[in-house]
Amino acid sequence: MNGVHDCGGIDGLGGIVAESAEPVFHAEWERRVFALLWALGFNGFWNLDEFRHAIERMPATEYLRTTYYEHWLHAMETLLMEKHIVSAAELAAARGREKPRSLPNSRAPMDVTAVTNLIAKGFPSKVADGPAAAFKVGDRVRTRNINPAGHTRLPRYARGRQGVIERDYGVFPFPDKNAHGGSAAERVYLVCLSAEEIWGPGVSSLDTVRIDLWEPHLEMRG
Amino acid sequence: MDHHDSDDDHHAPPEDIVVRVKALENLLLEKGLIDLEAMDALIDQYEHKIGPHIGARIVARAWVDSSFKQRLLADADAALGELGAPKNQGEHMVALENTSSVHNVVVCTLCSCYPWGVLGLPPVWYKSVPYRSRIVKDPRDVLREFGFVADANKEVRVWDSTAELRYMVIPMRPAGTDGWTEEKLAQLVSRDSMIGVSEALPPSRAADGAAP
Repeated sequence: MNGVHDCGGIDGLGGIVAESAEPVFHAEWERRVFALLWALGFNGFWNLDEFRHAIERMPATEYLRTTYYEHWLHAMETLLMEKHIVSAAELAAARGREKPRSLPNSRAPMDVTAVTNLIAKGFPSKVADGPAAAFKVGDRVRTRNINPAGHTRLPRYARGRQGVIERDYGVFPFPDKNAHGGSAAERVYLVCLSAEEIWGPGVSSLDTVRIDLWEPHLEMRG
Repeated sequence: MDHHDSDDDHHAPPEDIVVRVKALENLLLEKGLIDLEAMDALIDQYEHKIGPHIGARIVARAWVDSSFKQRLLADADAALGELGAPKNQGEHMVALENTSSVHNVVVCTLCSCYPWGVLGLPPVWYKSVPYRSRIVKDPRDVLREFGFVADANKEVRVWDSTAELRYMVIPMRPAGTDGWTEEKLAQLVSRDSMIGVSEALPPSRAADGAAP
């Protein structure tokens, strides 16, 4: 989708503000949101692409007005309701309660051992087997000009551009499908685009953008 | 670029969000979907244990050990494994070497992908739209705001982390650090230099001065 999250190249979004001695979290609620997302991720209710897309579906003005962890909170509430894990009524009722009701555990949530494993191993997403590569290093390609209504990892600024394949990273889950209930995997390539190809005259002819794109984002050029 | 202190009211949330988060946590607790002890353990890891000191150690090793640097550039996952770097949000790492002809800088324009395993959680500016929108289009202006002027004869190479690869920059080793230990060199490797918005710190910034 052509959302405001896809902000590469947009002008007028304000100055970069760097904090001195920035803390990891700015408030206790940020700590809780951070950990809630990983705990819920452990339950497997959604994949990373669905989560990113839930953030992208925020109304543009709200996305711009709110911070990173507010985006996470919005996406968690959205997905929990869409997947019928909690209802809007339950959420509203919980806001009126000081303390949780005590109910027996119905599932095995992320425990301390799972946290240790998460840090040590992460969640490698590379897929062992996949289709043969359509492109090889050095191939001259063009990024496709697509404007899908749903999730895509091909940003607007990089669409319809001429580039060169620089590395073949292997096969990974394909977010454009997997954010919408699919389970596709496609090959990822490192693509080199010149800054002039993207932005036209007025930029350094030496400068480049390297971007990781999936095979369906690319076509061969003659 | 503007600087502000961390207690700036920019981050003071409306009371409502505190209630919203607490309500969600309580509801998920009632449903048996979360374990508070595990959540606290995870927060502790990212607040106190995992951070840019890990990446700094890796860069310093690469500066003093050229065979390690070659392994890091050829297969970052294996090389980082040698030093036991955390893997979460760093499962598929690529190291980028700054040279006299190329300066690398990393962004995620679409969300905020970042190499958590070696740098910890990203700073607010990295996650915010002003950086994400501008660094791909006006990288030299943005670098200047961070205090680094990229030579006109140098290629500025912007890496947009659109897939699950995670990138870290190996800044150039500062002159005047011959014979320094890895531990001392690591003090010069700032978080920002591993994102690529600045160079490594000058030798005078090491804790015990410039003497080797």
